[in-house]
Amino acid sequence: MSARLTITKTPKCYVGGAFIRSESGRVFELKDQKGEFFANVPLCSRKDLRNAVEAAAKAGPGWAKRTAFNRGQILYRVAEMIESRVEEMAEALMLGGATKVEATKEVVAAVDRIVHYAGWTDKYEAMLGSVNPVASAHFNFTVTEPMGIIGVLAPDERPLLALVSLILPAITSGNCVVALASEARPYPAILLGEMLAVSDLPGGVVNLLTGKRAELVPTFATHEHLRAISGVVNAEQRKALRLGAAESVKRVRLGKAEEAVDWEAETMQGLEEIRALVECKTTWHPVGG
Amino acid sequence: MIMARASNKTNPARELVFGDLWEYDAAPETADPKLKKRYDLFINGQFVAPKKGKYFATINPGNEVKIADIALGDAADVDAACKAAQKAFTTVWGPMPGKERGKYLYRIARLLQDHAREFAVAETMDGGKPIKESRDFDIPMAAAHFFYHAGWADKLEYLAPGRQVAPYGVVGQVIPWNFPLLMLAWKIAPALAAGNCVVLKPAETTSLTALKFGEICQEAGLPPGVVNIVSGAGETGAAVINHPLTSKVAFTGSTEVGKLIMRSLAGTEKKMTLELGGKAANIVFEDAPLDQAVEGIINGIFFNQGHVCCAGSRLLVQESVAGEVLARLKRRLATLRVGDPLDKNTDIGAINSKEQLLKITELVKGGVAEGAEMHQSECRLPAKGFYFRPTLFAKVSMSHRIAREEIFGPVLSILTFRTLEEAVEKANNTPYGLSAGVWTDKGSKILKMSTLLKAGVVWANTYNKFDPASPFGGYKESGFGREGGKQGLMDYCKVG
Amino acid sequence: MPVAKSPPSFRRLFDDIGTVDAVGIEERVAKYGTRSVKKGAKVFGLQLAVTMVDLTTLEGKDTPGKVASLCQKALRPHDVGEIPPTAAVCVYPAMVRHAAKHVKGTAVRIASVATAFPSGQAPLKTRLAEVRAAVADGADEIDMVINRGAFLSGEFGLMQDEIAAVVEASGAATLKVILETSELETYDNIRAASFLAMRVIRPNDFIKTSTGKTSANATLGNNQVMLEAIRDHFLETGVPIAMKPAGGIRTAKQALTFLIAVKETLGDEWLNNGRYRFGASALLNDLVRQLEKERTGAYQAPWNFSEASEGY
Repeated sequence: MSARLTITKTPKCYVGGAFIRSESGRVFELKDQKGEFFANVPLCSRKDLRNAVEAAAKAGPGWAKRTAFNRGQILYRVAEMIESRVEEMAEALMLGGATKVEATKEVVAAVDRIVHYAGWTDKYEAMLGSVNPVASAHFNFTVTEPMGIIGVLAPDERPLLALVSLILPAITSGNCVVALASEARPYPAILLGEMLAVSDLPGGVVNLLTGKRAELVPTFATHEHLRAISGVVNAEQRKALRLGAAESVKRVRLGKAEEAVDWEAETMQGLEEIRALVECKTTWHPVGG
Repeated sequence: MIMARASNKTNPARELVFGDLWEYDAAPETADPKLKKRYDLFINGQFVAPKKGKYFATINPGNEVKIADIALGDAADVDAACKAAQKAFTTVWGPMPGKERGKYLYRIARLLQDHAREFAVAETMDGGKPIKESRDFDIPMAAAHFFYHAGWADKLEYLAPGRQVAPYGVVGQVIPWNFPLLMLAWKIAPALAAGNCVVLKPAETTSLTALKFGEICQEAGLPPGVVNIVSGAGETGAAVINHPLTSKVAFTGSTEVGKLIMRSLAGTEKKMTLELGGKAANIVFEDAPLDQAVEGIINGIFFNQGHVCCAGSRLLVQESVAGEVLARLKRRLATLRVGDPLDKNTDIGAINSKEQLLKITELVKGGVAEGAEMHQSECRLPAKGFYFRPTLFAKVSMSHRIAREEIFGPVLSILTFRTLEEAVEKANNTPYGLSAGVWTDKGSKILKMSTLLKAGVVWANTYNKFDPASPFGGYKESGFGREGGKQGLMDYCKVG
Repeated sequence: MPVAKSPPSFRRLFDDIGTVDAVGIEERVAKYGTRSVKKGAKVFGLQLAVTMVDLTTLEGKDTPGKVASLCQKALRPHDVGEIPPTAAVCVYPAMVRHAAKHVKGTAVRIASVATAFPSGQAPLKTRLAEVRAAVADGADEIDMVINRGAFLSGEFGLMQDEIAAVVEASGAATLKVILETSELETYDNIRAASFLAMRVIRPNDFIKTSTGKTSANATLGNNQVMLEAIRDHFLETGVPIAMKPAGGIRTAKQALTFLIAVKETLGDEWLNNGRYRFGASALLNDLVRQLEKERTGAYQAPWNFSEASEGY
């Protein structure tokens, strides 16, 4: 009796709720921690990024319109989906060199982060919005609104926790995300896509691409439909992203890849992160009979 | 039926006569603006000559007469100002308890009130806006901004619960010519309340009240270097924006310059807030209270000669009342008084500069050439000075240049729509997103429109309202960050 | 003229005539207050205002003697200077014949409140009889009150029929229809009542704000709502309706501001006493006092003016 040949999984990107290869047909080799071939990962192109933005644009209005309570339930469900597969996700992180203890710690931290934001969906507005006591006969209030489609660029360090920490504050308020996973350690993002697919998160709200950062940064920078860029990148990429952002007055929030970031810190999550990716809208109306 | 609201009647039985039976006599404001012949830079608490010794003339756009010489600051002057600001920040203003900082702001607010009439006259002479606007809006509102923010200075910890809030240090600010003192107040008051020190560059054509504000700082005993005013041209502003000591910059002006600033700062980690251009839609539904809507449309486009980034320059009227609204607008136009900005009865003053007048003239010519139907008021214009007749364009389509470009003048483009969806689509079909207006008697429609319009400020059944407590700022290419309210103050705070 | 038929519906009426935003209208009228009227324009405005005054006394204690001196004041508001007579004297019906002795045949007209002024709470028959009696005694103008109860309960047809009956009873006399704005409470209602009245009265009949007998009287806001209603009615039908704010206008400065509203809303053709009046008493002396100040250059003491109520 010959030994059974195992079926290997073809890693695919999660875009618009579907699993795609790069339209370019290109892949790049992913090696495991021992340096041996593990899988071929899609090498996404500018066009894949464009398609992902289209998918996000389709999903955006519906996601933003859901009730805050419903968004909270859905995000909590995402946490449940990952929690039930902690070991699998930890192994994905170990591929990138993390020890089992480190990997497990990162996964549970990511789950906790998602739960943290699940609880914010119906609360941040009360903190960021306001009723403004103007000196005239008007009722004046400020509410926040999602910016739209957010481009996320995840760092190589903490490829899951950092990615989740960048995506969650965006989608908490109703934004959609097109994220580029860590170039060196893309596999956790592949797996995250598979977990999102079985959560209740509508397709297109989070779109995860893998590929070469240097190749995609110029498109992230100049794509006008992306209303903000949030990520951790090096100095050269920061400049490129900001230069591109200038063309359509895009909002930019970038951390420095060259500096160590404590992703587990309390200050890496919360209201401030949500605030960075919302617009404030102020409405005036007369008060009179 | 007395008035068929659902019809497009444009031929009323008779017209009203707005003639000269009872003409108002000239009523010039005569208060002394207490101006000097020459204004130096305000750096480190002192008025100092620019290092290169250069000055430029500022003129009254209402009569083209020179008012004073204004110092032309250059990079070296900006450097001195930034160093003074940095020193003030580290030695005095930064360490000072919030409640003490607040008291300085209160003092400035009071002094502005004390000198209000003087400032109003100076503002009108220098910028061309009607005295009733500088007197009743710009100056009181500037004082109100200092009053509002004074109270914040010792309450910053309430802005970001659970987080540390700190000032940036030196803030570089560049402001436009449409609301010279008010924009200064919008910039300086929150910056100072949060504990920053500032270097501010006023607009080239309207430096007077900013430099007079330097006198207020002296009178208030504000520690030297906390506020520095460096007048000059575009290069002076660029020096402020790019100076290594300004860790945060705030700019109000055109989208074009805003993009330039973003590019020039791309290689730095400076924080920015930008309040840029707009092409606001003012949307009138058939069930709107029409006379108040007309008043709001007039106020929306002719306030400050239309030199307002949030001007309601695109009127979207529901087809069923389009004829009626246009007829009312034309009648209202007939009673607007254009002329000497210092006359208390002037509704529309002078265009701020010759350059701006040329730009407006050119865009209006383009509107006529593209086939839009122009209506202008028939008022007499003064012989000297820069004036432009209030102008309405009917039969405008979305592709017309006058419907897409910011004119920044007293020119209204009128478009029509049939359904709410079409109105929203047209309103949002622009790279800008600063403000919008909605007029309807139906509450639920207002809230729906307010949700759908991509704009930072939505005025419903009103227009062009401002308040220090109310955040102002844009979506999309109208900039980012807010001014006013706690949201505006946050943009001057580092959250740790 | 068409009359609103049942079922009574404010909604339908507002669909027809449009609504008013209260804050917006108050912002509009606040701007009139910032107009600066000086020198020649001021003298013109003050004199115009004098010619528009319906010099009024409406008190239980009115006597033929009081009415006589009121008429003298109306004919010659001041003993020096070139001050024109007022438009009319306004008295109760019982005083009409006394007033007639003094002003019949002069420029000053006799206006009489009628229709169970100020409440209007008498049978229609009685109200109409009162109107006829006043006209028979010499009244040139009748100031009637509308049936506010009918209006507020949505019985627009009843309200209009009663006005139409008064139009008929008043014969050749000019009619002024008092809406009693304070009892209508909202600007929307004031606009609606204005239209209902205008549809059944004749060219150059008046709509009038108030009786002066309730807590709130003429304001710039309700004046503006009514001016705009007149404007819309005129532009649609060509029928010019005149306007009379009454009560609460006590100073020359106030009167000028009301006139600025007329100038900028209805234009030159309403700047005469055939189209605009002030129902007032104390106002006249302040107008005269300001005119004297303009003439002499000196501020005037109140006791230089006859019938002055301020003696301090």
